[in-house]
Amino acid sequence: MASYALEFEKPIAELERQIDELKRLATDRELDVQREIAPLAEKLALLRSEIYRNLTPYQRVQVARHPRRPYTLDYLHGVFSDFVELHGDRLFRDDPAIVGGLARLDGQSVVVIGQQKGRDTKDNLRRNFGMPHPEGYRKALRLMKMAERFGLPVVTLIDTPGAFPGLGAEERGQAEAIARNIEEMAVLRTPIVAVIIGEGGSGGALAIAVGDRVLMFENSVYSVISPEGCAAILWRDASLRERAAESLKLTAPDLIGLGVVDEIIPEPAGGAHADPEAAALALGPVLKRHLAELVRVRPEKLVRRRAEKYLRMGKFEEA
Amino acid sequence: MAWFRKDRRPRTSQRERLEIPADVWDKCEACGQVAPKDKFTRALGVCAECGHHRRVEAAEYLNILADEGTWVALDGKLKSVDALGFEHYKDRLAASLKKASSSDAVFTGTARLDGMPVHLAVMDFRFMGGSMGSVVGEKIARLAQRSVDKRVPLIIVSASGGARMQEGVLSLMQLAKTSVVIAQLREHGIPFISICTNPTTGGTTASYAMQGDVILAEPGAVIGFAGPRVIKQTIGQDLPEGFQTAEFLLEHGMVDAVVARGLLRATCAQILRLLRGAPAREGEMAPTGAAPEDGT
Ligand SMILES: [Zn+2]
Repeated sequence: MASYALEFEKPIAELERQIDELKRLATDRELDVQREIAPLAEKLALLRSEIYRNLTPYQRVQVARHPRRPYTLDYLHGVFSDFVELHGDRLFRDDPAIVGGLARLDGQSVVVIGQQKGRDTKDNLRRNFGMPHPEGYRKALRLMKMAERFGLPVVTLIDTPGAFPGLGAEERGQAEAIARNIEEMAVLRTPIVAVIIGEGGSGGALAIAVGDRVLMFENSVYSVISPEGCAAILWRDASLRERAAESLKLTAPDLIGLGVVDEIIPEPAGGAHADPEAAALALGPVLKRHLAELVRVRPEKLVRRRAEKYLRMGKFEEA
Repeated sequence: MAWFRKDRRPRTSQRERLEIPADVWDKCEACGQVAPKDKFTRALGVCAECGHHRRVEAAEYLNILADEGTWVALDGKLKSVDALGFEHYKDRLAASLKKASSSDAVFTGTARLDGMPVHLAVMDFRFMGGSMGSVVGEKIARLAQRSVDKRVPLIIVSASGGARMQEGVLSLMQLAKTSVVIAQLREHGIPFISICTNPTTGGTTASYAMQGDVILAEPGAVIGFAGPRVIKQTIGQDLPEGFQTAEFLLEHGMVDAVVARGLLRATCAQILRLLRGAPAREGEMAPTGAAPEDGT
């Protein structure tokens, strides 16, 4: 755990280490250290909430990218039951950067789709760091169309640095795959709830994030470009990523303010990676509440409301 | 249309100007061929020697596509705002407004094309790289909605580096906003022709540019999702010759045809008539005119 501590998490890690030390001492020497531990634990809780309450936008980006942060499959197992993974786009290959399939959410059958990052280097090579190819998006669309046919709601979990920028991806029409998904999702005749669980990286995120409701975990981010990419383009200096992260307004509270996101899902103290189970427990009820509201709406009305919502997005003047 | 002609000033550098009298001669960037400026202009910015399609002003596409005197602009008063307080965005908008021919990176309006009513949107690369922000999204959405309401075909000429960073995620949402209306166009069976010019990348390609019933591309245009530099950086090797060009996309099945600029109007007219099941016009060009084998 400590080895993954982000720079600003180091004071937390240090306190955790002290507490662990005390506990070990206590066990080794059969001492009662409860009196010493209690104030430390209190201090730890305070420090955690203090640090996490004051995260800068770029620190949130770091939390959203944390290697211990729960990923799509963690939520699939923590929130849903009966998951059957369905593979392939029926056109080219199966893209492991996107997982999807049938599952149950408290009795309700749903189709779940999400980008999947890898936990280690080997896993990440297979998952391509959660950066899908066109066939990943086409698999997602195939599953969404299936959901529509069987009247099942769609839940998407978004966690990607972006769609993969590579030779094969371009050859096979990355732009077309994303454009098609966005268009089809705009008129899909079944409820869609999209949840940004980590990184919402531009078009590669939006390609599975058009929905009746868009939710965001407290420390997730959603942006048109990465802070690094933005800094490189604007100031020719990727190290200015902190300034770029401020400018881009990519945090969950920012996006609520811009009318792009409907609800923030609170994370456990210290971020979702500090307690993945608690994060899963937080997601379940929120999803159920939104789905319960949406499944009652007739498809025509659902699609009309979705269209109206997106047609309102944007800020401009008319002289 | 004198309002844009006055902008057609020579843009050669001081050094070149010494060699070539700038207001008379011009030089092709691709093959170096020197020809009277007037000749380039009459050829719609296409080099007679090598066929290279130079970038022309956005307003030139009105000459290229619309019947003379039929263009009526719409929504010209929509202006971008600095919703995020993004540094220097206001200054960049002001600078772009000075040199561009529209209030933002796209202008939209109604026109006739070979006698048929069309709704036409042309993106302006000179306005912040043709980037798609709230105004571009709104103008395209309104025009497409008008196409649904009036059952008039839509033509969008794209030239864009993608979404407008300075508007953050609001610019990303324009992909969804425009897609909502394009989906309605499709549902109502109103033809939509997308024309990709150099360059068409990023969010623009990942939305309406790739959503046409028919997608045409100008010869040599760079079309893709990621920019060539980003791809090169990611894969750590040079890109193959011709990667992401219109011809490359045609070969990989991503566009319907590569069409020389001078044939765009005739090709659109022909496609729109065929889609409507309308009879051919006398003297209409043969369909092979659009095929790449014919030397575009
Ligand atoms: Zn030439």
